[in-house]
Amino acid sequence: MSWEIVIGLEIHVQLATQSKLFSGAKVGFGAEPNTQTTLVDLGMPGALPVFNAEALRLAVMFGTAIDAEIGKRSIFARKNYFYPDLPKGYQTSQMDDPIVGLGHIDIELEDGSSKRIGVTRAHLEEDAGKSLHEDFDGMTGIDLNRSSTPLLEIVSEPDMRSAKEAVAYMRKMHAIVTTLGISDGNMAEGSMRCDANVSIRPKGQEEYGTRTELKNINSFRFIERAINVEVERQIDILEDGGSITQETRLYDADKNETRSMRSKEEANDYRYFPCPDLLPIIIDDDYINGIREQLPELPDQRRQRFIDDYQLSAYDSGVLSSSRTMADYFEAVQNACGDAKLSANWVTGELAKYLNANDVEIENSPVSSLQLGQLLARIKDDTINGKGAKTVFEELWHGAEDVDAVIAAKGLKQVSDMGAIEAMVDEVISNSPNQVQQYIDAEPEKRGKMLGYFMGQVMKASKGAANPGQVNGILKKKLDALC
Amino acid sequence: MSYTTIAQLSQGLKDGTFSSRELTQDVIADIKLRDHQYNSFITLSEELALAQAEAADKRIAAGQAAAMTGVPIAHKDLFCTQGVRTTAASKILENFVPPYESTVSQLFLDTGAVSVGKTNLDEFAMGSSNENSYFGKVKNPWDTNAVPGGSSGGSAAAVAAGLVAGATGTDTGGSIRQPAAFCNLTGIKPTYGRVSRFGIVAYASSLDQAGPMTHTAEDAALMMNVMAQFDPQDSTSMQMETPDYTANLNDSLAGLKIGVPKEFFEAGLDAQVAEATMNAIKQYEAMGAEIIDISLPNLQLCIPAYYVIAPSEASSNLSRYDGVRYGYRCDDPADLMDMYCRSRAEAFGEEVKRRIMVGTYALSEGFYDAYYVKAQRIRRMIKNDFVNAFSQVDVIMGPVTPSPAFDIGSKTSDPVAMYLEDIYTLSINMAGIPALSTPAGFVNGRPVGLHIMGNYFSEAKLLNVAHQLQQVTDWHQQQPQSLQGA
Repeated sequence: MSWEIVIGLEIHVQLATQSKLFSGAKVGFGAEPNTQTTLVDLGMPGALPVFNAEALRLAVMFGTAIDAEIGKRSIFARKNYFYPDLPKGYQTSQMDDPIVGLGHIDIELEDGSSKRIGVTRAHLEEDAGKSLHEDFDGMTGIDLNRSSTPLLEIVSEPDMRSAKEAVAYMRKMHAIVTTLGISDGNMAEGSMRCDANVSIRPKGQEEYGTRTELKNINSFRFIERAINVEVERQIDILEDGGSITQETRLYDADKNETRSMRSKEEANDYRYFPCPDLLPIIIDDDYINGIREQLPELPDQRRQRFIDDYQLSAYDSGVLSSSRTMADYFEAVQNACGDAKLSANWVTGELAKYLNANDVEIENSPVSSLQLGQLLARIKDDTINGKGAKTVFEELWHGAEDVDAVIAAKGLKQVSDMGAIEAMVDEVISNSPNQVQQYIDAEPEKRGKMLGYFMGQVMKASKGAANPGQVNGILKKKLDALC
Repeated sequence: MSYTTIAQLSQGLKDGTFSSRELTQDVIADIKLRDHQYNSFITLSEELALAQAEAADKRIAAGQAAAMTGVPIAHKDLFCTQGVRTTAASKILENFVPPYESTVSQLFLDTGAVSVGKTNLDEFAMGSSNENSYFGKVKNPWDTNAVPGGSSGGSAAAVAAGLVAGATGTDTGGSIRQPAAFCNLTGIKPTYGRVSRFGIVAYASSLDQAGPMTHTAEDAALMMNVMAQFDPQDSTSMQMETPDYTANLNDSLAGLKIGVPKEFFEAGLDAQVAEATMNAIKQYEAMGAEIIDISLPNLQLCIPAYYVIAPSEASSNLSRYDGVRYGYRCDDPADLMDMYCRSRAEAFGEEVKRRIMVGTYALSEGFYDAYYVKAQRIRRMIKNDFVNAFSQVDVIMGPVTPSPAFDIGSKTSDPVAMYLEDIYTLSINMAGIPALSTPAGFVNGRPVGLHIMGNYFSEAKLLNVAHQLQQVTDWHQQQPQSLQGA
């Protein structure tokens, strides 16, 4: 049987506020346990929450960016359950009246087409603390630094039909939130994480299959792997005549498998009700429009601008606009060298290769956008050729600072002296009588391909420093004169 | 110390008749000597109180005294006090010493009042008789066989017995007004949002409100001048100026329109209480007030609605007492679930457990709409009844309770009978309006209160109306027989 995969994602984005959602405690990663807490975050008797208006602004910014309905009267609700790192015994969240209602984003598929994915809602909620199971000898330590950290939970419609679409959706969301600056989007530190609702159904069937929820997936790679392994599991069960149990499952990245955390029967009844300690958040059109007017250029707009202004391909434009830092980096390079296509090739090519190989994020690249721009400018003005530029790039990656100093030190300055190149070309031609004869005997339309051999020889003779364009032109002229 | 008011103490301190230190020492000695009869205090903070008194004496000497500087008071043991054990009368907080101060108690510290200790209450403010305390029942100074009312029973008994001249209370469904009525005091529940809830152990957040319990309306006004402040730490606190609540106490009541709702005088009300209440209301006619019959048609619905909303909020508010971070934890828990279950089972009292269970049930999936949502709808209906009434009248008057203080133990086996105690007071919290109880005479030697209700933020008017009654009657000056000649 042929199966259709149905995926919806719930993405938790940690909002980049200075202080917590309901207290004045500082938000930060990696501090000593329980040092970034107030009475509110500790759930002390009589402590009361005070709403952080900055979180509201960031949430509304997100809502306007995905063209969503904004809740003009949104309400905090309590989600009640017991857990040691949930100090109040409830999480303050939103249920019936979220701050962001129905919206959508577009994702680009591999075939170049784009697909609209619905966003059901996005709501504000506070994070829980952390349980620390190591280092306490059979006991559990509780760190409440993360308690009451503001989160925006973004819930999608079940619109995705493959793990790749889910990854594309997550990447687009990442690009949007980082472009807006509402989150640092750091997945390794948990600033952005997602749960995936996965089900399958026979192709053509309208009704959804029973879904499972995969919890706390914290990298793009794991989204794809977790969904695929879960889909395989579900297909195996159904094709063996079994049925899927609605449950929450945990993805184990080490074993590349999902395993059951709790079934629907074991699920908590969260007993949501409006939080009586917080007033409804009332906002008006002026507030919303004020935020909308200040929206930065969004990833889709930037992608389109890259296509329109720089004549880049849709694919390159998509890659370059996939995060704010990547897009900013690219534009800084292109401003420095004045060649968008060359900049795009280098950012998505050589730079990406080094970043991936060394597992470095672009914002931490040892080669700055200005350095790369200067390097590409030296290609543009024919000081060096592409091969030499790669050598310079390697030096920059390893700490060299000045592009021109590296070119000089490495003797990479390109030979553009016509006389010198002509001399090298003449020498290669006279040293290769057989190849010259073959060239003469060949059909004229096949001669172009045969030029490669002579090119290589001249470049070798120049130790790579000859201007390839000039070499090509002179070679062709001299060889064709022999025919 | 027999019948003494805050105003009298304030004057004595100002005149140098006695120092705050002398006064505070006397008060603490008196509590130690006599409180075993009433059990109104859970914790005395003698050393801190004396230090506060000495600081107050310096302020008085420097001519920087405010009205309450140096005056000893007590706080219901629901207000968190830094460095002083705060129990909510529960085993679960038996040894809890807060590292912070509630806004209300801080405001009294700021003005230089002296806090001598923490008064008894029904556990987590859940009860109408102060029989639900882990630290023992409180007895009514008017008759030690009778309950003092609840949940602010310790504060009521302490003031009625003359141990302190004023005390703070909290009122979620009548917990200031009912014990004030049972103990012959003036007790006001302010408008929801008028007094900060920060640092008050929460029972039902949308209903809880703190207020003073005193002998006189004038004293209540003096305490309100301190307590009623906007607090940015409480999102439901109202951002508004604090009026001088003593400024209008003597305003004339000529032309005052008093609404008397017929539903307050229907079946269930003790005939003698009805008579005493009407007699008190009639006093106002001589002052030029007009008495108008009105109707609050949804009054009967307030008890079931309250007993859905308050326990629902309580079930959530009390989840934090889980044995993880502070408070009672059971011995040798087998695992996490065992720790939760036994810590809470061993340390919460029966009434608290009952309300947690009721609230948990009402909020459960499948029941939420039928209970919580419907109760909120009723709440809006009740509020609208009052809004309509206040378009016709300035204040509403009626009884505070269906009967005078009942005997200890007489209702403990019947929770519903106990809940009916609050029929006249609950609707006020549901609507969020202010109301007070002022002494209105006696039935068989036990005090009766007159319930005066007003529109939102009309506390000054209510105190004016109560004060005027206290100018022409002396019920509020009566003392329990046991204290006379003491």
